[in-house]
Amino acid sequence: MTAQPEPLPVQALPGDGVARLIGRRARDWVPAIIVLVAGIGLWEGLVKGLDVQRFLLPAPTAILSAFRDNQSALWHEGWFTLQEALGGFALGVTFGIVLAIVVARWDLLGSALMPYAIAANAIPIIAFAPITNAWFDPLTKTSKMVVAAILCFFPVFVNVVRGLRSVKPAQIELMRSYAAGELTIFRLVRVPTALPFLFTSLKVASVLAMIGAIVSEYFGGSLEALGANIKQDASLFQFEKAWAEIVIACLLGIGFYLAVALLERIAMRWQPRVEMQRA
Amino acid sequence: MNAVTISGVSKRFKGGTIALEDIDLDIERGEFVSLIGPSGCGKSTLLRIIGDLIEPSAGSATVNAKPARQARRDHDYGIVFQDSVLYDWRTVARNIALPLELAGWDRDRRSRRVEEMLDLVELRGFEDHHPWQLSGGMQQRVSIARALSFDPALLLMDEPFGALDEMTRERLNGELLRIWQASGSTVVFVTHSIAEAVFLSTRVVVMSARPGRISKLIPIDLAQPRTGATREDPRFFELATEVREALHMGGGHDAPLAATGLSEGAA
Repeated sequence: MTAQPEPLPVQALPGDGVARLIGRRARDWVPAIIVLVAGIGLWEGLVKGLDVQRFLLPAPTAILSAFRDNQSALWHEGWFTLQEALGGFALGVTFGIVLAIVVARWDLLGSALMPYAIAANAIPIIAFAPITNAWFDPLTKTSKMVVAAILCFFPVFVNVVRGLRSVKPAQIELMRSYAAGELTIFRLVRVPTALPFLFTSLKVASVLAMIGAIVSEYFGGSLEALGANIKQDASLFQFEKAWAEIVIACLLGIGFYLAVALLERIAMRWQPRVEMQRA
Repeated sequence: MNAVTISGVSKRFKGGTIALEDIDLDIERGEFVSLIGPSGCGKSTLLRIIGDLIEPSAGSATVNAKPARQARRDHDYGIVFQDSVLYDWRTVARNIALPLELAGWDRDRRSRRVEEMLDLVELRGFEDHHPWQLSGGMQQRVSIARALSFDPALLLMDEPFGALDEMTRERLNGELLRIWQASGSTVVFVTHSIAEAVFLSTRVVVMSARPGRISKLIPIDLAQPRTGATREDPRFFELATEVREALHMGGGHDAPLAATGLSEGAA
């Protein structure tokens, strides 16, 4: 902050309208859309031209027609799985935030728990999926939600603790000079400081929730669910339908992620657009 | 009545460092007092003891005839640090309004006061900007506006212009004097700069290090209001020389070697 010229050229504040919240003008998307169309065209051409076996890779048009034929069933399966992912996300995120607040408040508890949380963050929790199927009825959504919740919990917990603790000491000292109590400091300083960390972890958790729900469905689940259908269709040689289900999973996953990202933009409009958060 | 009374204050930090030893200092209402001294003389510690942000190991600090703690609870002082300590997620206006929110002012009264403050520090038009959109000097002006917003009788400043370039610093010195004269408040100002201390103050407190003590009180009798011409006044140079000599006698800026030599010689 030394010797800055004054006044700095002032940039426009980030975003009012939805279009600006999403971030880019339509024109900026053109190159990406060209790549998408070209990629699908290449895929179609290669599959047709090289006569690739359909169990290896069906052509996009074949997947599209499977998609159209099964549309209502596919969306129904997708919604079933999305509910599991959302439920697990809500559960895991809530526990993650609550425990993070407790741990950030009481240092001793933090030094007792944090090493395990960080270690647990590195283990493949998805390996527990068959076990939760044994704990809960595998046909219910609960068993899948539990896996998704555990997957979501750790990144949220670890990041929020880090966020709550990364408050600048001078910002606390200034609040103390105004005779502000712990709760006020928490609300006005710690929470806003932790928000970028929270949203970074929420984006990670949104992806993990979908992975957790679908993969644990592979280990047995209701045939209303996406994962169970992907597994069954693949084993019944209905590859086009399996691929259509994968497409649904992708669309829902991306939609979930974008919803969280949009929420982040709304919650942190004060941030400079160029600034990227790190986990 | 004194704005600040410090009697017998000592501060020993964990690990045994004696930051301050037996400090007595009275500051009258309306005074502009600078604390100057080498690093480690405890001037920032003394400022924080006045603000009840650090507890003294011995002795007491009284602000507006109240114990320092009560004065802090009563919002009797505003404080400005070297870093502007703005909250990034708040706009300029909401940063200035923060102490008012905490003191329970209603919205109308708050926004009226924020307007006044924006005029005072000449930041009108920037109220909806966020701190990262401002230069260092503008950020520090926001911080000063925030400290003054609730009209505290006492303003504590810890090297507020230390991180700014010389031009910005001189301009803000002028603005600070204007604000001080308009508000009639008392200022306690920590600085490393002899010229800044002499130009701003009605009295300079020269401190020495290891342990932190007051080595000399120098009244500054330059005419008010102070202007660019003040800096060229012969009396300005005399006073600056007096402060410099007091600093060196007390173990000034380049004294650590000499001080070590003395203590070894004594031992």
